Amino acid sequence: MNLFLEAIQWILDPASWTGEHQLGARVLEHLAFSAAVLLAAALLGIPAGIAIGHSGRGRGLVIALTSGARALPTLGLLTILGLGLGIGLEAPFLALLVLALPPVLAGAYAGVESVDRATVGAARAIGFTEWQVLACVELPLAAPVIIGGLRSAALQVISTATLAAYIADTGLGRPLFRALKTQEYGVMLGASILVALLALVVELCFHAIQSAAARRAEPHRTTPRRAHARARERTHR
Amino acid sequence: MIEFDAVRKQYPDGTVAVERFDLVVPSHRVVALVGSSGSGKTTLLRMVNRMVEPSSGSVRIDDVDVRSMDPVRLRRSIGYVLQAGGLLPHRTVADNVATVPLLEGRSRRQARADALGLLERVGLDPAIADRYPAQLSGGQQQRVGVARALAADPNILLMDEPFGAVDPIVRDQLQTELRALQADIGKTIVFVTHDIDEAFALADEVVVLRAGAEIAQRGTPAEILAAPADDFVASFVGAGTARRSLRIREIDGRALVVDGDGRPTGVLER
Repeated sequence: MNLFLEAIQWILDPASWTGEHQLGARVLEHLAFSAAVLLAAALLGIPAGIAIGHSGRGRGLVIALTSGARALPTLGLLTILGLGLGIGLEAPFLALLVLALPPVLAGAYAGVESVDRATVGAARAIGFTEWQVLACVELPLAAPVIIGGLRSAALQVISTATLAAYIADTGLGRPLFRALKTQEYGVMLGASILVALLALVVELCFHAIQSAAARRAEPHRTTPRRAHARARERTHR
Repeated sequence: MIEFDAVRKQYPDGTVAVERFDLVVPSHRVVALVGSSGSGKTTLLRMVNRMVEPSSGSVRIDDVDVRSMDPVRLRRSIGYVLQAGGLLPHRTVADNVATVPLLEGRSRRQARADALGLLERVGLDPAIADRYPAQLSGGQQQRVGVARALAADPNILLMDEPFGAVDPIVRDQLQTELRALQADIGKTIVFVTHDIDEAFALADEVVVLRAGAEIAQRGTPAEILAAPADDFVASFVGAGTARRSLRIREIDGRALVVDGDGRPTGVLER
């Protein structure tokens, strides 16, 4: 049990943040690297998913691709990519992109496809252009599911980004791997706790964004009128 | 005036929805296309605003082939009412009604003012303007759908099973109000229904369709009821059934109209 105490002490020790581990810099690296991977996954996966959901074409491809990619072990992929690309950020970036792409793609595709076809047909029939159907109807209604895909990708990327330190000297994986070599298990646990905390914080942020999108997509569930009524109820209790 | 000229619709898989169809819908009239499912009636309706393109033949509006018009412009110039309203769930009632004027670049303030007027026009309290479709009853949603179709002041209204999703009492009420509204605005209306009573209640002219959109009979409701062209039409309108075979029975010096089963349906005014 001293291990856990050791881990907490290590996190709280100002020396960990200023000394050789430079935790502040590691946290920022970890976040920036994860954000870059997520951004790339979003730029690739969201337009592709939307196009597939909108047209209904290529559905089989998504299913094959997402389930196939999910079966790939990230560490193995990273090793192979590392052998090809060498030391640096490229290999972990690609390996994590393969990890992040399936949930993002599936979210975008499922979100757009879940929008009621009758609503989309009605919008087209009264004179929305194809772009307006997409921008004014499909995207706002699909947004909660699309963001849900990003959310689960973000969680996986942040927790797996520790592997980046395997090949590139970056992120919270750096103290973790170093401590592994020196058998400082308290440090290893501390670094893992930090990663978990980061994931939790990012998860909470995405939760808030997703709720906001859901309020826009299904405004009748939380209208100001009802919110007021609820607030009144609370004060009267 | 809407003209269907030898239109045919065959889908790529070989199904023929419309065999060959000719019809002239005169301006300011209400024409009902009636048939069971698979009769191609909705396909015909959707050819008018180019949601479906005919495989051959043409549809003309005031002598202009719709194929020569931009589909988006065409659709915005035609009011379209769908079953259950087809409203956008994430927009308020006022924004739904103002959809086409807003797409056409009308100012928000003006569009909203117009929308409130239209809500009153279709018998809704403008106070519901800021609610969302899911917070309305089926009948209210349907009215909002009609208000939206009227927002751009189109000459033509297309209605696809407009009152199919509401209960019979509300349907009656909506039909009565639509008649009153039409007396006032005089649009050219084509509507599609499988309910012959709805067709009789609303239309100046009824077109009864068989499979493949073959016209079994067309005429005023009175003409069709008085002389069904064949057995198909007769069974479709229910000719000979108890509901349609009315007789007069004298009771206490008043002439009571009873149906085939002897159930009273009304009193004859003389």
